[in-house]
Amino acid sequence: MDTITKMVVINSQKVLPSDVVIKLYESNADVMIKETCFGIIVSGERTIVDSLLGSIRKMDPYGIFIKERGLAPGEPYRCRATRRGGARPGFHTLETEDKILPYIASALKALDKGEVPQQKKRKTKLDVEKLKEIIKEAEASQ
Amino acid sequence: MKVFIYPTNSLILSDLVERFGHEPLAIMSEIGKRVRSQGLDSPPLNITPEEPKLGLKYAAVEVPSGVRGRMALFDPLLSKADAAIIVRDPVTSFGCMGCARTNELVNFLIRAKKIPLLELDYPSTEEDAKEFVYKISEFLKSLKPAEEKK
Repeated sequence: MDTITKMVVINSQKVLPSDVVIKLYESNADVMIKETCFGIIVSGERTIVDSLLGSIRKMDPYGIFIKERGLAPGEPYRCRATRRGGARPGFHTLETEDKILPYIASALKALDKGEVPQQKKRKTKLDVEKLKEIIKEAEASQ
Repeated sequence: MKVFIYPTNSLILSDLVERFGHEPLAIMSEIGKRVRSQGLDSPPLNITPEEPKLGLKYAAVEVPSGVRGRMALFDPLLSKADAAIIVRDPVTSFGCMGCARTNELVNFLIRAKKIPLLELDYPSTEEDAKEFVYKISEFLKSLKPAEEKK
């Protein structure tokens, strides 16, 4: 059996982690569920978890983000309870990306509406030949 | 197609790649394989003395074992990658992403592999995010759709 653990990060204005947990319990699927501060961790067989989370994503396509997680929920090597507190490895990345999620949600909405964003011009470094020309011009003007 | 993402533990990249119908190659799956294998020799990640030996493919024996150990995790991802999305200079580099030399080596190996590559910056505003998501969607649309999982 191919077991997999997935993290569901919820950054939604209409869906709470508790709503998703109830929906998961209603499905009666053979999975382990843990409600956390950022969302939910679901662990179980790959096909079951993938299909289940596919339906969960439909609850709010722009506010629910999913990624795989290596360790299962409550893993003693990773769990804060057994490591005497402190941020668990992976927390800082999640915290940083969580701040950007509202922007990503609005970007996904804009993409579905067919908006094409204006591409910003990136600042490029000064070309050597261009610099040589400037030096020559400056020397000639003196 | 299998798309390598960097930072390889990124929630946003992993989610977007999956959302647009491809398979993200993320470090979490490699860690999961090691953690779920029966009998942990060296918890928590079960990096045994065999792993740094695998890393010798990429780095010499004088190189710190951390680099070789990390490269042993990255090796299956790099070898399977059909395309890649790289975020330049990500703010966070913790855990498996916490070694600057490994990160440089991974970026170099991806560029040297000559596969379709998209390089971006993390968005800091809504407008940047729109461009970020649009570029990723266009890049992923240009790739062939992912093979159906068996």
